Order: sequence, then C-alpha cells, then structure tokens
Amino acid sequence: MSTISADPQRLATPPTFQKVGAARRFKNGLATTLVWGAFLVAIIPLVWVLYTVVQRGFPVILDGDWWSKSLSGLLARQQGGGAYHAIYGTLVQGLVCGVISVPIGIMVAIYLVEYGGRSKLSRATTFMVDILTGVPSIVAALFVYTVWITYFGLGRSALAVSLALVLLMVPVVVRTTEEMLKIVPDELREASYALGIPKWKTIVKIVIPTALSGILTGIMLALARVMGETAPVLVLAAYAPFINFNLFEGPMASLPLLMVNERNNPTQAGFERIWGAAITLVLLITLFNLLATVISRALAPKTK
Amino acid sequence: MNDPVVAKRPAGSGDTGAVRGVAAAPTATEAPIPPTPEASETQTKVHVRPGDRIFRGLATGSGVFIVAIIGAIGLFLILQAIPSLGLDNVNFLTSREWNTTDPANLRFGILDLLLVTVVVALLALLIAMPIAMGIALFLTQYAPRKLARPFAYVVDLLAAVPSIVFGLWGLFVLGPVLFPVSTWLIDNLGWIPIFAKGNVNVQLGGTVFTAGIVVAVMILPIITAVSREVFERTPTMHIEGAIALGATKWEVVRTTVLPFGKAGYISASMLGLGRALGETIAVAVILSTATSSFGFSLFDGGSTFASKIALAAPEFNDARSAGAYIAAGLVLFVLTFVVNAIARSIVAGHKEYE
Amino acid sequence: MKIQRHGAVLGLVAASALLLGACGSDNNTGAGGSTPTSGAAAVPVECGGKPKLNAEGSSAQKNAVDAFVQAYKQACPSADLAYNPSGSGAGVKNFNAGLVDFGGSDSALKDGAETEAATKRCKENPAWNLPLVFGPVAIGYKVSGVDSLVLDAKTTAAIFSGAVKKWNDPAIKALNGSASLPDKDISVIYRSDESGTTDNFQKYLKTAGGWSKGDGKQFKGGVGEGKEKSAGVAQAVGSIDGAITYVEWSFAQDNKLSVAKIDAGAGAVELTAESAGKAIDGAKVKGTGNNLVLDLDSIYGTKTAGAYPLLLATYEIVCSKGYDADTAKAVKAFLTAAATTGQAQLTEAGYVPLPQAFQDKILTAVKAIA
Repeated sequence: MSTISADPQRLATPPTFQKVGAARRFKNGLATTLVWGAFLVAIIPLVWVLYTVVQRGFPVILDGDWWSKSLSGLLARQQGGGAYHAIYGTLVQGLVCGVISVPIGIMVAIYLVEYGGRSKLSRATTFMVDILTGVPSIVAALFVYTVWITYFGLGRSALAVSLALVLLMVPVVVRTTEEMLKIVPDELREASYALGIPKWKTIVKIVIPTALSGILTGIMLALARVMGETAPVLVLAAYAPFINFNLFEGPMASLPLLMVNERNNPTQAGFERIWGAAITLVLLITLFNLLATVISRALAPKTK
Repeated sequence: MNDPVVAKRPAGSGDTGAVRGVAAAPTATEAPIPPTPEASETQTKVHVRPGDRIFRGLATGSGVFIVAIIGAIGLFLILQAIPSLGLDNVNFLTSREWNTTDPANLRFGILDLLLVTVVVALLALLIAMPIAMGIALFLTQYAPRKLARPFAYVVDLLAAVPSIVFGLWGLFVLGPVLFPVSTWLIDNLGWIPIFAKGNVNVQLGGTVFTAGIVVAVMILPIITAVSREVFERTPTMHIEGAIALGATKWEVVRTTVLPFGKAGYISASMLGLGRALGETIAVAVILSTATSSFGFSLFDGGSTFASKIALAAPEFNDARSAGAYIAAGLVLFVLTFVVNAIARSIVAGHKEYE
Repeated sequence: MKIQRHGAVLGLVAASALLLGACGSDNNTGAGGSTPTSGAAAVPVECGGKPKLNAEGSSAQKNAVDAFVQAYKQACPSADLAYNPSGSGAGVKNFNAGLVDFGGSDSALKDGAETEAATKRCKENPAWNLPLVFGPVAIGYKVSGVDSLVLDAKTTAAIFSGAVKKWNDPAIKALNGSASLPDKDISVIYRSDESGTTDNFQKYLKTAGGWSKGDGKQFKGGVGEGKEKSAGVAQAVGSIDGAITYVEWSFAQDNKLSVAKIDAGAGAVELTAESAGKAIDGAKVKGTGNNLVLDLDSIYGTKTAGAYPLLLATYEIVCSKGYDADTAKAVKAFLTAAATTGQAQLTEAGYVPLPQAFQDKILTAVKAIA
C-alpha cells in the first residue's frame, strides 16, 4: 500500500467508495473504445500482410524439394528447385551475427544501466547507440565494404555480411536490453548486495534473469530484422544459386537476396520463389521466437 | 516479482519503494538517499573482487567499442563524401537537382531527398505511434489473457517479414486499395496543400502516402513489442493501489502504466523512427520517382535518402559519383543524430528517466 | 491460442524438414522443364579447372547467363557458376578488384581509369569485352483499343521528352495511318534505378532520333514517373491505360504489354528474334583484335530492311591473359558452352541468339584466352 504514496499528487481523484462520475465514466469508455479501436485498426494490415504471404507462399513450401534443394542449374522460367542454399545462408549469417552482437549488445546495456551512471562515456554511448539505430543498412554495408574489401583486401563472404549485420543488430539489442534492465526493481539488487553478493554476480544471477524474457524479445526482434535485411547481403555477398557451406569464402545466397534476385524474373516460377522465400523466412523467425519463449520460461525466476 | 520485494521491504528504506527508473534520477525528492548501485560500491570498495573488475571492464569496453564504431562510420562517410562535395556545382543543401552521370560536372543537392524522407518518416510515425500504444495497452491491460498472447505473437511475427515483402505488398496489394481513398482525398480535400494532386500517377500508388502507410505498418511491431514489454512491467502494486483508490480502468492506465512506461514508449518510437528514416528496399519498390520536385503533397513521388542510394548503388563505378550518394548518406546519419538528440531531451524533460 | 499452435506446428514442420534435408542437394536434373538439346555442330567444351566460377554484373543478362550455366553444367557436370546480377557498375568494379572471375556489363570498359584498372587486374594484360548477350529492348505500351503501333526514333524521342503528350498527336497519327488513337494523355514510365537499359535507350534515341537530353544510366527525359527495376516499370505500364515505357523484351512479354514496331526508314519492323538478329548481323566491331567492342551506332542507326535497331548489347569482360591456369580453363569452358549450346534457350528467355558469323568471332576470342 505504501507504494502509491510515492507519487500522491498524480491521483487527484476523490476518495474511494464514491460513485464514479459521468465524466470519468465517459473518459473511461472513450479510452477503452480507442484502445480497442487502435488494436482493430492495426490488426487489419498486420493480418493482411501475413495473409498475403501465407496465401502466396504456402503452396510453394509444401514441396519437399523446397527444403532440400538449391536452385542450381535452373533457368528463370523453370519450375522446381528449392531454397536450401538460401535457408542455410540466412541461418548461418544470422547466427554468426547473433553470436557476435548479443554479448556486445548486452554488455553495452549492462554498462549503461549498471556501471555508466551519468558519466561522459555513458552519455556518449547512449547517444552513439541511438545514432547506430538510424544508420541505414545500405550505409552500414558500404562501410563494411570499404573497410573489409577495399582496405583489408579481403574477399566478399558471408562473414562480411554478418559483420555488417552486427552493426544493425547491436543497437536494437542495446536499446531493448537497456529498457528491460532499467525496470528491474532496485529492491532485488539491494537484497542481493545485502547478502554480500558481488555486483557482477548480482547482475548475472539476479538482474538479467529477471529481465530475461524482455531481453530475449529484443534479441528476437533484432534477429528478425537482420535476417530480413537485404542491402548488406546485396553489397557484401554475391548471390549463388548453389549451396555454399563456406562462411569465409565465395558467394552465398540468403532468403532476402533470393527474393531480390527473383524480382528480376518475371515468370510464374519467380513469383513463387519470392513468396516461398518470404514465408520461409517468417517460419524461421517463428521458430526462433518459439525457442526464445521456451528458453525464457525455463530460465526466468518464478515471479508470477 | 512481488514476493521478494515485499519480503525485503522492511529492511529497505520506506521511500525507495519506487522503481529503479525513478530512483536512478536523483531528483530533489530523494536527495537524502544516494542511488543504490553507487552506494553498494562504496561499501565494497575495500575489497574489489576480480570478477567485478573483469565484468566492469568488459561492460565498459563494449561501450567504448560502440563509440569507436560510430566514430569510424562517421569518419568513413565524411572522408568519402568530402571530395565529391568539393566538386559539387550546385548548393548541396538547397538544390533540388540530382545529376551525377557526368563525374566532371556533378550537380547534386539534397533538399528534395530530405523533404521526402522526413515526410515519409513523420507520416509513418504519426500513424504508428498512437496505434502502437493502443495495441500495447490493449495487449497488456485490456485484452483477455487468452486473446492477448496469440495476438502479441502475430504482431511479433510481422517483424519477421522482410522489407522487400512489405514493398511488394504495398505495390501490388495495398496500392490498388488506396487508389479510391487517394482519389477521394484529392478531389475533396485537394485545396489543402498536403492533399493536393501530386506529380505522380495516383493510380500506380507510388506516392508518399502509400509509402508512409507501409512504413508505418513496418515499424508498428518494433514499437509495439518494446512498449508492451515495458507496460507489462508496471509494478502490480501501483496498479492495485490505483484500483484500491477507486480509479477507473483508464485512470489506472493513465496514472500508473503510462507514466511508468513513457520513457520506454518514446525510446521504442525512436527505434521505429530510426527504422522509418533508413527504410530502404520497401520505399524503393513503392515510391515512384518524379521528374518535378517535391511539392509537400502526400500524393507526390520522390526519393528518400536511403531509396536514392539503393537505386544507384549497383551502378557505382566512379568514386566521385558514389561520393555524392555517400554525402546523402551522411546527411541521413546527421538527421538521425538530431532526431535522437531531440528525443533524448524530451525524455529528460519528463524526468522519469534520464 | 489457435494461431500460436499453428505457428508451433508449422515451425516443427519446418524444423523437421530442414533436418531431413540436412544435406541439401544442388542436383536439379529432371526438375526443370526442357533441358537444352546439345547443338548439332557443338564445339567440344574442355572441362576442368576451377569448379565454381564467380561472375557478376548487369542484371539485363541474368536470365541468359542462367541458360549458359545450364549448358555449362550439362557439358561439365561437376562445374558451376554463380552470377550475381547486381548491376554493371558492380560487375566492372568487382572484376577490377579481382573479386569475380569475369564481369558482365551493359557497356564496354571505358578508356582511362576503368581500362587501366582492368589491365592491372589481368596482371598487365588487356581485358577483352566479349558481346555475348543481346537483349532487345521493347517499347512497351498499354492503350485500350490499340493493339498495333508504329513509332520511329524521332517520335519516340518526342514522347519520352514530353514534347508529344497525347496519344492522338499528329506525329503518332502520321505513322499509324489507319489506327484509331484515343485522345488520352501519355503516361511515360521510366526506370528509377540506374540501369544500362536506360543508358542504351537514350543512346539509341540520340543516334537515331535527335535526342538532346543526354544519355547515361539516369533517365533524362524530364517527364513521367520512375519505377524500380524492369519488374516495376513493366507492372506499372500494365496497370495504367495510356502508359508507355522501354523495357527488356522478356518483361514486356511476361506482363502482356503491347510492343511498338519501329520504323527506321525502311518500313515498320516488329520485334522478333529474326529482326533483332538481323541488326546484330550488321553490327560493326570497333575494338581491335579479339577485343570485340561494338560500334553501337551501327546497330542503332541501321537502315537495313527488317532489322530491329533497339538492342541492348551486354558484354562479358574477361582477361585475355593473367588468370591462373585453373581459372582460365574454367572460364574458357564456360564461355565456349555459352557461345554454342547455351544459345539454344535464349529466345525463350527473351534474348536473341548469336548469328553464326558473330559466334565464330567470339569462339576465336575465347580460344585465345590463356
């Protein structure tokens, strides 16, 4: 009960056990309508997009070949083949990117929330993360191209793509993790310190697990964004219609790249491949989301 | 999350019962008690554990890394852009011309790109922000639990749809549907400049209007997801307290959920704005380019910074021409910088978080 | 709940499918429709060398290269080639940077920096431009009630620069005596991205139609509205009555656009493989030796009866020498297959097969690569 006293001036309402006035009831009704309305308005395009993807893509992915074959040696107008090469590329590039960005992103967020305080570096970092959020993917790609290929003289590869994706993924991870860490109640930290547990252990064992489900949501969102990213793959890894398992060398397909490529293909086969790739990507992300949910349920402290 | 907190409360000071976010801002009301992490640090300073030192180093290092990376990108953009800017034969900031075909006579200005970018992103944000708040409130406060989960899931799924799909959807599916709406707006509200007949064919739907709506749909999931997480974490005690005081549902939301989640919501919106400003492929697919300049109508065509770069990037074959586009990228970079600075100051002004 | 469960099921299906196919396969024989029939007078392809070649460049020749790859794989089953259709600029740049084995481009290497960089990349040997793929550019339009339309270069230039604004303009009427042309605005659609098609189209108008707006990869006409990529322009024209554009033939066909006949002075010529082949036959080479740079004016300005002049010639840019032995062998094998058996499928994909005389020139050049 004592909690509310923290900001008493906000509750400028009459005492309890009074009849709710008409104006308040009206406002309440209006707000409820608006919230429901917003939801209904939003759900239309959202479901519509998904419906378009499913309706056009679903028949394509029912074919077993889709999951096990590449498009190697097929003409633009020839039906058949699959997206195995692109699925592999998307997964590998996404995972490598995730493996690099998640630790960096979480550490940055921890620094900002737990260590940085109001120091200059902390402010600079916050600001830089904001900027990084706004770096268009194509600029990030051109940057990596210049450094990786022009300056270091390394070839184009899936790894270069992953590096560009890291630039896009880190800020999203930082921002969401930061928000989640901020709202972990201080009492938890204090209780831990009171028991003599070191700060780092408090962060790892108390703070992060408490915020874990939110952090995982953020990571999944970030991963979803980078796996659907087109510009870096376009600039940094050439498209290959065949399977390339080598992360460090040679052209490698990915689902967005496959889609951009097939847009040059005006035939029915191209149409099917575009939407097939789209739904495949959505399914992959769904799978990741499910995994994240399961993991966060298993790891989260029992609070509710 | 109630139990440990409640159990611990007697030990803690009575008036730090607020959330961490509030405590982090050492405002006058809480002056006597120093913010907690620092407090604990002073206590343990006598013997800093090596684990602590390593962990702190890692965290700080990551922060420095981010600053360094941004510095490197900024430096890269500037270095690549400067030679071309020097060769520009028109005013870079105020010209609407864009002609980089002849590297010996570069004529490029960003005014049109800037206007189109800002208008598309603002339109998207204007549509997405209230709706995202609505969805987030709905899913966390209003919806029955059984309904909320699957719908939250659908919204999250949208983040997985790659931008080219949104582009194709906007072009093939949404564009034709918007045609009657656009025509009606032009016919009936055409006297308002933003609804004036534009410089592209409305029937094709390649307008700022279509692009803005599609980008709004694209940034909805990201704003919603983050806001939802934040709203969900409103301390139950706050909500219960408000209810106990006889607040209606809306008053509960207004007095507890919104103040608590405001900073998170704005932060999420900025994340969305960042994405809207830099959205590339979807805008490039949808938006028609026009031969006359942007006239502030929603039914104009044009190019945004990102779409302009994407449309030309494959044919970069001269460093001087490419530099012109990189200069445009630099402006986008700076634009994001400014937007974020403004957003930060708004959030800071509300004192809820720093 | 329901949706979530479906999601879970779909996810599981996807996961298990991926696991089942954990060793994905590149083998698509039998999956496609027709496989190329090996030409009767096939030149033997000497297989071997680098197993997977990389090439990059013009998207205009992407579908042709696909056909070449199929022929190449048929001749050399263990070989493969990845063609990344990221654009001519990227093709030349990445060829010169040594990232790809050969580049595809809508225009020959320019004198100066480009050629110097290419020479350096080929270890101080000249790079050759081999025009292997010819794609006709269609003037596609959609006007209800007008199935047949004749244009000449001058009128086309007037339309694409905004001088002619109506479909029943006297200039168009003069070329289409009997047709009933509506009093409708002409909606010009152009490519919003930078492209070799735009470049070639403007060069054609400059050579044959007195176009004064300039050329280059950006459209300079100053009229109309730009859409992204060939797919975008073709789709746009298909959805507005009164629209006109220039687009690769295959896109015009697949989007069911009407294609204008071109009158270059010797009567209206319909766009067919034969009429375009005739224009290639008359093409002059201005490069020296095996560097087969074309004199495009000889195509655009052709007055030969029955020749369709609006062609996009795309080159493969290769090193004359300077490859390592493995790469040279594979490049030669690929180009040989491309110039011979690979030509069979081109018409179907919207290109023009090489005339015999031209094919011989290319094979001579390919043989000389060391």
